[in-house]
Amino acid sequence: MSGFTIFRQFGEVVLGIGIAPLFAGWIAQCRAWLQNRSAPPLLQPYRMLRKLFNKDAALATDASALFRTTPYVLFGTMVLAAAIIPSLGTDLPLARVADAIALIGLFATARVSLALAAMDIGTAFGTLGARREMMIGFLAEPALLMVLFNAFLLFGSTSLSNLVDAYSARRTVIDPSVIFAAIAFLMVLLAENARIPIDNPATHLELTMIHEAMVLEYSARHLALVEWASSLKLFNYACIGFALFLPWGIATHGADGGRALLLAVTALMTKLAIAGAALALIESLSAKVRIFRAPEYLAMAFLLAVLGLLVHLLLGA
Amino acid sequence: MNLSSWTSWSIQALSRNDLALLLTCVLSWLILGVVALVRPHSVRFVAHVLFPVGALVGLGVALLGGIALTAGHAVQIVVLPLGLPDLPFHVRLDPLSGFFLLLLGVAGAGISTFAAGYFRSGEGTAPGLLCLQYHIFLASMAAVVLADDAYFFMVAWETMALSSYFLVTSQHRIPEIRRAGFLYLLMAHVGAICILLSFGVLQGGSWQFTFDAMRSARLTPLWASTAFLLALLGFGAKAGLVPMHVWLPEAHPAAPSPVSAMMSGMMLKTAVYGLLRISFDLLHVRFWQWGVLMIALGLFSGLFGAIFAAVQTDMKRLLAYSSIENIGLIFTGIGLAILFEASNLRLFAALALSAALIHALNHALFKSLLFLATGSVLHATKQRSLGKLGGLIRRMPWVASLALVGTLSIAGLPPLNGFVSEWLLLQSFLFTPQVPHAFINMLIPLGAAALALTVALAAYVMVKFYGVIFLGQPREPSLVHAHDANWLERLGLGWLAFGCILIGVLPQLALRAAGAVTGKLLGQSVKLGSPVWWITPIAPEQASYSGLYLLAGIAGVVSVTYLLVRILTHGRVRRTASWDCGYPWQTSRMQDTAEGFGQPIRHMFGAFFRMERDLPSPSDIAPRYRIHIEDRLWRAIYLPIARGVERLADVVSVLQGGRLAIYLLYSFLTLLSLLAFVL
Repeated sequence: MSGFTIFRQFGEVVLGIGIAPLFAGWIAQCRAWLQNRSAPPLLQPYRMLRKLFNKDAALATDASALFRTTPYVLFGTMVLAAAIIPSLGTDLPLARVADAIALIGLFATARVSLALAAMDIGTAFGTLGARREMMIGFLAEPALLMVLFNAFLLFGSTSLSNLVDAYSARRTVIDPSVIFAAIAFLMVLLAENARIPIDNPATHLELTMIHEAMVLEYSARHLALVEWASSLKLFNYACIGFALFLPWGIATHGADGGRALLLAVTALMTKLAIAGAALALIESLSAKVRIFRAPEYLAMAFLLAVLGLLVHLLLGA
Repeated sequence: MNLSSWTSWSIQALSRNDLALLLTCVLSWLILGVVALVRPHSVRFVAHVLFPVGALVGLGVALLGGIALTAGHAVQIVVLPLGLPDLPFHVRLDPLSGFFLLLLGVAGAGISTFAAGYFRSGEGTAPGLLCLQYHIFLASMAAVVLADDAYFFMVAWETMALSSYFLVTSQHRIPEIRRAGFLYLLMAHVGAICILLSFGVLQGGSWQFTFDAMRSARLTPLWASTAFLLALLGFGAKAGLVPMHVWLPEAHPAAPSPVSAMMSGMMLKTAVYGLLRISFDLLHVRFWQWGVLMIALGLFSGLFGAIFAAVQTDMKRLLAYSSIENIGLIFTGIGLAILFEASNLRLFAALALSAALIHALNHALFKSLLFLATGSVLHATKQRSLGKLGGLIRRMPWVASLALVGTLSIAGLPPLNGFVSEWLLLQSFLFTPQVPHAFINMLIPLGAAALALTVALAAYVMVKFYGVIFLGQPREPSLVHAHDANWLERLGLGWLAFGCILIGVLPQLALRAAGAVTGKLLGQSVKLGSPVWWITPIAPEQASYSGLYLLAGIAGVVSVTYLLVRILTHGRVRRTASWDCGYPWQTSRMQDTAEGFGQPIRHMFGAFFRMERDLPSPSDIAPRYRIHIEDRLWRAIYLPIARGVERLADVVSVLQGGRLAIYLLYSFLTLLSLLAFVL
């Protein structure tokens, strides 16, 4: 293991932690433009984080240790996921630690710990949010797994780094099955990251909340960590999407050196900028669905993924 | 002699006498049980002396079972001087029995330690008698796993069923418990008949009932399939495979918690063992159709169990349904193994079988842990209903934190053990498109989706279980007086939690143990990566996983983040009332309940349930909300069978006229017809 790979691993994690709030800020800005509002500055999420870190934490009287440690655990799992996902290069020392299925598991760990923390104080909204979040989780997982199954059938691996290597080594023609899988993945991404058809990140109406209802009791540095972790989660999902469907620019196995890295950083930034704008567009064009329509939405994602699988198995494409 | 050579020497010495030592352990369990009858009413003697010794014997069984899995261990056979004159008991120790003995020993040690602190006086059966039944149950499970002929197997199997029946009905004054016990006994015997018939088919006309004779018998495909189906029915009834699952959610809550833990954690696994023994060892062929059938049944059981667990309001019933779900996953793994093996994909078969075996071991650990934790909660609060619990993490921190390990494990979350087996199972599903049967190889990937749904639903169920019992506000004022478990109970829980963490962090240990079994049964085992903390089941390019790195990574980032936050921010904390969006008054009744958690599931999977609901009208002065959920299969299958049996009994009872002359006539006619038959 050369010093360069370790440097790249470290750099990738730091970059991920650093630009995740920026990505969230970019989406918010695009949304504001599309909705004819005056946009908040691009650095607004960082200002929020600074403000929150400087405040006094207000903790409910009977909050247990579980409640206080969960923000750190959330942040930890998301940072670890950012270290495993090949956002810049595939030669990562940590890439072998978990394949894509284990990454889903890691995200599930984060989800369950936040849901448990939300139930800890015992408020009506917290438990309601926990229940809804777990419901979205179990509906989204089969669809996500089918997407990965599809990728496995194409390239014979579930490790994201190997997938990227195999994809760039093979050809640049898009398989028809991949298109179905990509749409399914996009739908799951929106649902898992509390984005608009399922949940509204900007809502102030408690009864419709999912993610926000779970974090109502958090304040100050705990809330800052939770918010940072959720922007990292969105960043991670976007990077998984890039690795699965748009792997161009990611430094592949053996492509060491500064130029490849520079190219990878540029490619990542471009992809994030476009993806952010696209997400904002989707969110502006669609309305939030009722919570009981969520199963239909995610069943749709599942069916699309299965269709991709069948296209691959039947047509061999 | 230095330490390492002494260890290897002692392992060799143990290995040579492995089977004899194991039989001594089984015998000493029986002796412990009999000794309890000396002072049957002394809780102190029974609980603080006999149960801890039983736990040590359990550790010994685990050690000896583990040795049977080591490389170079030969299969050992002994013929015991017991049994009927021409039918002696045959005993055999091979890797398959070794694996299940390891499972029984590890789980048994934890449960016995817990039981030492759990049993109190004045609850149903006298403690001495309970101790006898408990240890007979343990010994008979070990005997089932060691048996090498159908006769001894059935004797041990029936002893197991009967001893557990008496344990289930230890509080026999309660009518529901008697009814649950009866249902259990009935299902156990229906299952036993099927197993007996399966052995009858397996001997293949040789009329030899040793397993050796069955191994060499060559059955036609039809008879082999008959034997397999009978075994699937019989062992499925014991394991709680849907639709033979009805006894499980009745019997598990009725039994005392350590007994529920043994039944769910260990006894269900003996059924898994039996099915593996018959399908992979005694039968010489396997057909892919069997595999498909098992996958379908397993996935349906898994989904069924998870859905029903999500709507339960009694904590032990919830865990019982969760057992059905986990058994479903294990059977799915075995089915995949049969499918792969019949399609000549032995390496993938080994992967699927390893996943099933490791899941069986994992389930023995975390399900026992959770059942024992409910026992502690039951003792501390006298409540089993989820609607009357809550907030116990503040009153019972030990039980709550150990149960958290079990909860996260059973929810299939990395880096704990439940994830390892589910990951392996999903990995083996990835290879199903290579099965050379069109349609099947397209349908089965959908099975992987059903598996993912089941696993994610299990996480939902476990958030409900843990959240409603341990988190939030206490729903009853009396919960304030709840006390934590005593040190023996904590030790037992801690041992099982340690097992969960160990397998999660070093999954290769479990994979190595399972590899010994698959090597023996399939002639192929999953590759092990070089450092012990990695698993790369097929090839490193294909997939790899390291629980240790994940745990270390999370712990590392968490501690660095904590330190940075501590250094860079002021870290002040103000304790206030909870915010809850500023609503002025709130009570503990406003928290989401167990029924609330069930609501989305009832809505989405309504077809599975038979619901009776009383909804209050808006003008009710004293509104009552009642919902009763029933299993559709109970009315669809069991009640018609029961009615049919009753009707048949009515018809037959015509013979019972009550007059002596008629009965004499019956005897005379029988004699005549026999004479006609003989002549």
